[in-house]
Amino acid sequence: MLTNLLLILVSSIFVNNFLLSRFLGECPFLGVSKQVETATGMSIAVIFVMTMTAAITYLINNYILVPFGLEYLQIIAFIVVIASLVQFVEMVIKKTSPTLYQALGIYLPLITTNCAVLGVALLNVQNPYNFIEAVVNGFGSSVGFAFALISYAGIRERLALAPIPKALEGFPSALIGAGLLSLAFLGFRGLV
Amino acid sequence: MGYLVDLTRGLWRENPTFRMVVGLCPTLAVTNAVANGIAMGLATTFVLIGSTVIISALRKITPEKIRMPIFVISIATFTTIIAMLMNAYFLSLYNVLKLYISLIVVNCIIMARAEGFASKNPVINTFFDSLGMGLGFTLALVIISTVREILGNGTFLGIQVMPDSFQPVLLMVLPPGAFLTLGLLIGFFNMMTALSAKRKGAQKRRAVNVDESAVNIG
Repeated sequence: MLTNLLLILVSSIFVNNFLLSRFLGECPFLGVSKQVETATGMSIAVIFVMTMTAAITYLINNYILVPFGLEYLQIIAFIVVIASLVQFVEMVIKKTSPTLYQALGIYLPLITTNCAVLGVALLNVQNPYNFIEAVVNGFGSSVGFAFALISYAGIRERLALAPIPKALEGFPSALIGAGLLSLAFLGFRGLV
Repeated sequence: MGYLVDLTRGLWRENPTFRMVVGLCPTLAVTNAVANGIAMGLATTFVLIGSTVIISALRKITPEKIRMPIFVISIATFTTIIAMLMNAYFLSLYNVLKLYISLIVVNCIIMARAEGFASKNPVINTFFDSLGMGLGFTLALVIISTVREILGNGTFLGIQVMPDSFQPVLLMVLPPGAFLTLGLLIGFFNMMTALSAKRKGAQKRRAVNVDESAVNIG
């Protein structure tokens, strides 16, 4: 049981990394990776929301959609759940911890349209996971997301100072950098 | 005339992939084979046209405050339709693209066109704008997947195009190849744009010189 969970955790963090191998959540990957500080803020918000999404969408799918034969409503149901969950989390954080709200504030609304969050919900449905496995998969995926995002932000901070050809400034050099990072992650393939 | 402008906008001038650099998840994920690129592009075009036309038709009775949920629901509906259609008629493609077809619902291109164009313009203009954007996206996917499939597998649409002595660069069909190809392609198009702008600038300068000399003679 425990080995199985560990296996899911390692494979979702390193082998099937959301950003570099499954290509989910590329918008924040390129959008908020200019500084390590903002990347860290975004990562914490994503870990929080993705783990909760994994748990709640699992319950909704297995206790509401499947018993009533409504699987075809999965996409609509999940997107509505995620949007309201993000709103709810935002309100709770605002009430309980203004400092955390200050730190995460701008990133939370952005997460609604982050395909990584919907991606983890859909992947959990496609795989025969039980509740704990689904939550561990959500947590592992988001930690993998954070790991890739923060290390990539470190690369981009260096890249901003490097002399690059004019045509490659901005997005092209950022994408090529991501390609090299993805190549490094390819080395984890044999791990599981 | 106006419709033509709407149609061509997305094809090149505001191409979602190469110019606006939005909607990258499917662009990077499915372009390891040309067939996948075409299927993904057309599926996105279908959702884009369907949802933006509905949003445009409802734009006068949509309350400002709850427009986002309305957009999301209409996009999600068309995404579900295309997922069911592909499941029924193109099962093998659907099995490969399953996850990314469902994820059309959070594609930034569609939200951007819904918010930026469809919510302010008539239905017919919206239809042509979405058609152009969708085809521009499909074109971009085809270009990227052509490069990746030929270099990484030696084939185009599954047909062998490279000589037998060609050693496929496996890297190109693996995840890193997606980032590298897209980065280098955008860089290449930036270079071409800069070159053509320079040439146009030179022509304009010459024209101005001619005018001045005419004035002098006068």
